[in-house]
Amino acid sequence: MIPDDRLYTEQHEWLKLEDGEAVLGITDFAQQELGDVVFVDMPAPGQAFGAGFEIGAIESVKAVAEIYTPVAGTVEATNSQLEDAPELVNEDPYGEGWLVRLRLDGEAPDGLMTAAEYEALLAAG
Amino acid sequence: MERTVLHRRHVESGARFGPFAGYEMPIQYQGVLAEHRAVRERAGMFDVSHMGEVRVRGPRALSLLQGLTPNDVGALAPGRAQYSALLTERGTFIDDLLVYCLDPEDYLLVVNAASRERDVELIEAAAAQAGNGVRVDDLSAETALIAVQGPEAAGIVAEVVGSEAVDLRYYSFLQQESHGRLVSRTGYTGEDGFEIYTPNESAEDLWLELLDRGRDRGLAPAGLGARDTLRLEAGMMLCGQDIDEETTPIEAGLSWIVKWKKGDFTGREALVHQRRTGCRHRLLGFEALGRGIARHGHRLTVSDRPGCAGPVTSGAFAPTLGRAIGIARVDCGESGVPESGSAASVEVRGREIPCRIVKLPFYRRPKASGG
Repeated sequence: MIPDDRLYTEQHEWLKLEDGEAVLGITDFAQQELGDVVFVDMPAPGQAFGAGFEIGAIESVKAVAEIYTPVAGTVEATNSQLEDAPELVNEDPYGEGWLVRLRLDGEAPDGLMTAAEYEALLAAG
Repeated sequence: MERTVLHRRHVESGARFGPFAGYEMPIQYQGVLAEHRAVRERAGMFDVSHMGEVRVRGPRALSLLQGLTPNDVGALAPGRAQYSALLTERGTFIDDLLVYCLDPEDYLLVVNAASRERDVELIEAAAAQAGNGVRVDDLSAETALIAVQGPEAAGIVAEVVGSEAVDLRYYSFLQQESHGRLVSRTGYTGEDGFEIYTPNESAEDLWLELLDRGRDRGLAPAGLGARDTLRLEAGMMLCGQDIDEETTPIEAGLSWIVKWKKGDFTGREALVHQRRTGCRHRLLGFEALGRGIARHGHRLTVSDRPGCAGPVTSGAFAPTLGRAIGIARVDCGESGVPESGSAASVEVRGREIPCRIVKLPFYRRPKASGG
């Protein structure tokens, strides 16, 4: 099930927008592709990024995936639970496995997908 | 892309596949961490049928293999195997391999899939020179290979192939003529275990029987992902990645496969020279002290030793150890090999991760019965 309360990117990330903030995570498809996550490299709170910038990386046993922010913003918080329990990204990618919370700098860009559009992207392979 | 005869079984078990040496191989089933743990704590089963099997026999087989490989094939009794290599004239690795002595005029070489064709050409060329005293048969296409590894492996394998398997010493094997099968106490995981060579026709039955009999003992199918983290923890080299045509056995810490007194073999002169003059490059183990994982292609720098650095050849998170480990090909310059414990660092995504040089292997299995 792909939650329909948020938006999606072609890099298989999700973005939940509320009150000028955005919470960012990776999708269930992305965590499956990565395999067992063992370490998440996150930006420091207070760091500002432009849209499309690399802000961190997720290391699994077999691969590494960069984390990009689809929106411009400043890091408000990172998910500190992942320091000791990186497997949350695998177990609950849409919930407890969230990565970063950003304060938006301006509007969220166009071009993000709805859940239905993202599902169609996955179905198209 | 080729597939092994067990491909259907892997699909059934929910495998995720990936390309490896021209084969579509199972990379993982339930997940690398769980499979890795299964092998360390109970048992795991791998399809490694992509490996190549080359039979070399005849009155001149022994002298041919003595000339082609650095280890002493003459010291092998029937029923015993040894780790060895095919080297260039420069003493560097074309391939690493196992030599099984079936009898003093009959040997089985087990080689890596990626270099199989080249190995066979090389062996055939040597055989042609030797006249009609050697026959070379590439049995790879008709032979499957199943590895059962882990502390429970002996019990499981004994139930399926017979209790005589349990009596095998490490690097010994037995042949079961009626099945066309060879059962060997070898592996690539650092655990006790077996590798079973079997004709393609009986491979699926064997796989299913092992899976069935092993279920109560926690046997899980395991993919190449776990195989890689297991072998790296055990400090075993991956040919084509850690060791290659730019690496000699001395540089790789594998001098023990070079038998200086057995007579001439390809690469001997270069190795004798290197042994006398020393070598600049060394494959060194390291572990990360900070968070982050050094991967193939990153660069390791030894602290306080100007110029002492080199590329990471293997790097991964080590599930048993709970930290990142790796092997790097370090140019030690004129200053000698850095001692274990030496401080080092790897740059990962623009950040220096502190590391420490450590002696291989990273993991040694607890001494227990068997093996």
